[in-house]
Amino acid sequence: MAVIKLPESKVQQLKDICKSFNNDKGELINVLHKAQEIFGYLPAEVQEVVAKELNISIAQVYGVVSFYSFFSMVPKGRFPVSICLGTACYVRGAEKVLDEFRKQLNIQVGESTPDGRFSLSCLRCVGACGLAPVVMVGEKVYGRVAPEDVKGIINEYANL
Amino acid sequence: MAKYRMHLLVCDGTTCHASQSESVKNALQDCLELNNLENEVKVVSTGCFGYCEKGPIVKVLPDNTLYVKVKPGDAEEIVKEHILNGQIVKRLLPTESVAQVYASEGKTPFFDKKQIRIALRNCGFIDPENIEEYIAHDGYQALCKCLTEYTPQQVIDIIKRSGLRGRGGGGFPTGLKWEITAKVKSDQKYVICNADEGDPGAFMDRSIMEGDPHSVIEAMAINGYCTGANKGLVYIRAEYPLAVKRLKVAIDQARAYGLLGKNIFNSGFDFDIELRYGAGAFVCGEETALIHSMEGKRGEPTFKPPFPSEHGYLGKPSNVNNVETYANVPVIINKGADWFASIGTEKSKGSKVFALAGKINNVGLIEVPMGTTLRDVIFKIGGGIKGGKEFKAVQTGGPSGGCLTSHHLDTPIDYDNLIAAGSMMGSGGMIVMDEDDCMVSIAKFYLGFTVDESCGKCSPCRIGNKRLYEILDKITKGEGTMEDLTKLRNLSEVIKDTSLCGLGQTSPNPVLSTLDNFWEEYVEHVVDKKCRAGSCKGLMKYIIDAEACTGCTACARACPVNAISGERKGPHFINQEICIKCGTCMEKCKFNAVLLQ
Repeated sequence: MAVIKLPESKVQQLKDICKSFNNDKGELINVLHKAQEIFGYLPAEVQEVVAKELNISIAQVYGVVSFYSFFSMVPKGRFPVSICLGTACYVRGAEKVLDEFRKQLNIQVGESTPDGRFSLSCLRCVGACGLAPVVMVGEKVYGRVAPEDVKGIINEYANL
Repeated sequence: MAKYRMHLLVCDGTTCHASQSESVKNALQDCLELNNLENEVKVVSTGCFGYCEKGPIVKVLPDNTLYVKVKPGDAEEIVKEHILNGQIVKRLLPTESVAQVYASEGKTPFFDKKQIRIALRNCGFIDPENIEEYIAHDGYQALCKCLTEYTPQQVIDIIKRSGLRGRGGGGFPTGLKWEITAKVKSDQKYVICNADEGDPGAFMDRSIMEGDPHSVIEAMAINGYCTGANKGLVYIRAEYPLAVKRLKVAIDQARAYGLLGKNIFNSGFDFDIELRYGAGAFVCGEETALIHSMEGKRGEPTFKPPFPSEHGYLGKPSNVNNVETYANVPVIINKGADWFASIGTEKSKGSKVFALAGKINNVGLIEVPMGTTLRDVIFKIGGGIKGGKEFKAVQTGGPSGGCLTSHHLDTPIDYDNLIAAGSMMGSGGMIVMDEDDCMVSIAKFYLGFTVDESCGKCSPCRIGNKRLYEILDKITKGEGTMEDLTKLRNLSEVIKDTSLCGLGQTSPNPVLSTLDNFWEEYVEHVVDKKCRAGSCKGLMKYIIDAEACTGCTACARACPVNAISGERKGPHFINQEICIKCGTCMEKCKFNAVLLQ
């Protein structure tokens, strides 16, 4: 097993989460949700601690983390950009918006900019189909986004 | 309770919320306070009105005025003109032309008479975070009636007689499902609400949970009473934070009022509800996968039987129903099975909520009686196609459904008709497409979704869908052959026949239905190397209009593969064999001389 590199305080926090769910392996997904809230992502070290606390194999934890798209094993940017590729957004031109973000940020889907400011991902339907195509930056929703708007959206965060 | 002479209902569904409805609400509140009206007029956040295209929406009661696309800056005018002077702010009405009609009748074409509100009865009318408003609208009466007047079997009989079928897609008779679980003997049973709404472009369940969470809670308790379960679990997507919050608030309120917990209505019946979160896996909408996910495992489906009704969560009998199905239950108990059965078609009773989206004028949430035609939904309620374009297809049933064409416009919508037409009801997403949408690309889009979401357990789905996707990709790039079209069909049939769960069994539907309904378009892609919608880049050519070209050489200098040649100040030319269709030349040209054909 790899040496755990997490700071002791974080490990304790993680153990407390597991404890709050009675170290019940049936609560694995809830534990991972909480863990991702704290760490922003679920690196191998976090998964090891969770596995040990819930008394299940690391493979089982990894199996769950890799199965669900909500869980990420790589850190996101400070301003995660998500482009909705649900059907309603797709038929209203979401792909062109995505292409523009790729080009402007010069990264691919699933990557972060070298300065860690932005990351790019796709999601399937936030349910705001009336505003299609929809882009989310963090929690903020941008509706009816055209490729021409992309630069403006990025600039809003460029100096934050 | 304080009495108010007027109410301002501000929609706070996800779409309106994203358009700053909260700022609108705050601005209205501030304006009211500024004019000392806060004790006369109340601002209420409600769930979705359904008219998402025109959000944020504000509705004024008692006169039923509907204001659309309201901005925080409009608050002052609404308060001063409407509330103080009694003058309707005309510029905020849906459209000028219907303003007069609307003011007198309280209707716009979107809220056409064709619509009926059963599952959505409270959405947009009550404050979802206030249990008293739900109770004032007959809330928890059905539960009280069941617990104090009926035996569990009597309730099951009412649901059976009403003809209610599962609204999650399958259309299994709800009463029958409840009866199966009720008959199984077990020390512990569970009632589960499937709120893992995964179809892209569908937001019915989310709107119900955000707009009327108590109706789901009440129905789950009724289900618990019928089946003998005292524990309810809601499996909800983590991507729906607002719905999660509203459900939590509603559960706490119901507990505080003794409507959840021990000895409800002094009947000796105990029932409580907990939430379980999904983590973004479409396949978890399938019952067995959902149950595995709730147990903290990978959401992989398993073979049925045994059905969850007999052997489900933690091995105990579990009754899984969808959100919209639950939302129908309290009304059926209150108004009776015969009333419900009088609405709809012979085999599909009641109403269905659809999320209308895509290239349509009125994007939004609608509810129509079963048996309404697609034409009424798309052209009357939906207001027709955006930009006056030609209607091409409507996709129902999400990634498991199919595309219907203008031939199907007069088909009455119900479970069986849609399946006969090569699609399915699904959970209720309805995406409208126009002449600019390439049907091969649409099929590819759905396959891309299925490839991402296949859990990987069985080979036909894991490998077969990937191959389907590759063939479709090849076709959209202009490299397809007629043989590929035969392969597409054969492979689709095999995947359908040999997959274990609903996801694999239905994943080739978008391919098969587009092959059936848009065969000529496939042939055009393959034989003529043409995409009539102009959306397949691989089949397009960049050319330079010799007359418009000034010979500035900007394109030639920018071309990454040196495909452009020409003399300075003379017309340029793109060598199609070298061109990689990156589009850089088009961007660089200041004279609009580069065209896409």
